[in-house]
Amino acid sequence: MSLVGEALKQLMRKPSTLKYPSEKATPPPGFRGLPIWDMKKCILCVLCQNACPPSAIKLIGKGQEAKVEYHLDRCIFCGECVDACPVDAITMSGQYELAGSDRSIMVLCFGKEKPVIPVKNAP
Amino acid sequence: MGYASTIKVPFGPQHPALKEPEHFLFECEGDIVVNVTPRIGYVHRGMEKAFELGTYSHDMYLAERVCGICTSAHTTCYTQAVEELMGVEIPARARYIRTIIAELERLQSHSLWVGIVAHEAGFDTLFMYVWRDREVVMNLFEELTGGRVLHAINTLGGVRRDISPDAVLKIKGGLDYFEKRTKEYLRVIKTERTFLKRTSGVGLLKPDDAASLNAVGPTLRGSGIRNDVRVDDPYIAYGEIPFNLITSDGCDVLSRTVVRTEEMLESINIIRYALDHMPAGEIRVRAPKNAPPGEVVSRVEAPRGELMHYARSNGTAKPERYKVRAPTLANIPSLCKTLMGVHVADIPIILAGIDPCFACMDRMLIIGKKTNEKRYFTR
Repeated sequence: MSLVGEALKQLMRKPSTLKYPSEKATPPPGFRGLPIWDMKKCILCVLCQNACPPSAIKLIGKGQEAKVEYHLDRCIFCGECVDACPVDAITMSGQYELAGSDRSIMVLCFGKEKPVIPVKNAP
Repeated sequence: MGYASTIKVPFGPQHPALKEPEHFLFECEGDIVVNVTPRIGYVHRGMEKAFELGTYSHDMYLAERVCGICTSAHTTCYTQAVEELMGVEIPARARYIRTIIAELERLQSHSLWVGIVAHEAGFDTLFMYVWRDREVVMNLFEELTGGRVLHAINTLGGVRRDISPDAVLKIKGGLDYFEKRTKEYLRVIKTERTFLKRTSGVGLLKPDDAASLNAVGPTLRGSGIRNDVRVDDPYIAYGEIPFNLITSDGCDVLSRTVVRTEEMLESINIIRYALDHMPAGEIRVRAPKNAPPGEVVSRVEAPRGELMHYARSNGTAKPERYKVRAPTLANIPSLCKTLMGVHVADIPIILAGIDPCFACMDRMLIIGKKTNEKRYFTR
């Protein structure tokens, strides 16, 4: 019976939860979401590749051909790559709906020539 | 009464009352448990071997993933051990930030546990309210560290993010609300009849047994024994912060609940003191890549009790041996003692009473094919 007062107060309040697919929570600034490479700034120094604990980042090719291959399925969202980058080319976006059922589409490529490939949301 | 024989009741590895797979074999005489045989190892993940394969900086994130609820306790313990090996002294501000994060984590872990124990006691209303208010702490984590569960804030040589003056105000605001709510829940726990009937006098663990079977954390303090690594062997900033050690003499599930809830109030005071007395300056120093040969044991008071990490280095960038002793493993012998002589219906709440985290503590089991001999790797 000791929670009756609390229960009555709740009658006048809005629910604490969100109706998820239609209402989405906005993550605060600094949230560790999907990392995005700005290839205009990137100097291909491989520091992010070395700093990555689960080896989710691979640098492939040289010069204008070079691209960063980012394995979303391996990433643990620790943000070590962001700390390691000497030119601040990597930012962690607020994107958090990254689950999917197909690992083959979870490899994202960021190339020097092509613009950043937008991430498709999981089906 | 005299039953001709005992009945064996297998409990787990998949059981509705268990959140993680673990097996207990209960021998019952009628409704009374007379013998308990635990069988651990269902969620062994090979983490200690994985530690040996990664470098010191990468293993930080492995240590974080030993447990999902006490992530920062494990990273604090890991960084403490490796910094000792490397001979790195972290800045004072980093020590305070680590303390604040560790205590915030105690808040979320204990309120999660209060919810679970209320649920096991059949008091789901309390479970819902406690978990709603736990969100305040989770949101603070999200703002401070960028992750709700995996904080990734500790690093070798300090912390990765600073706490800004704005964030200090936000934490204080959140804590004021949380303190008000926790006091309310403490009142409910101490007065609500349905909860008292379910927990008072259930799962008795005598102080002598608790001490001789090496129980740790709130299970031990719930039996009235003063033992807390934060007081006995102060680490990070605990030596500079005044706080009370909470114990309770009830020796039952109720006193374990009261210890944890009062500890939450104490944690709030620790965080407030740490926020007010946080020194200015650097938050991180550079840590070397390799550690000189040596071995070290590091202890931390995780929300569930004393957590111990052991590391041995051989001069390279990878540890030669790494060992984790999670608090739940230390609580298993005393749990088995507690379960002797209880009613079968009380088993779930007593099991939940130690705040079990089976995946953190699992060990390997080897069964000899010919001799049928079983060996647990518990050391």
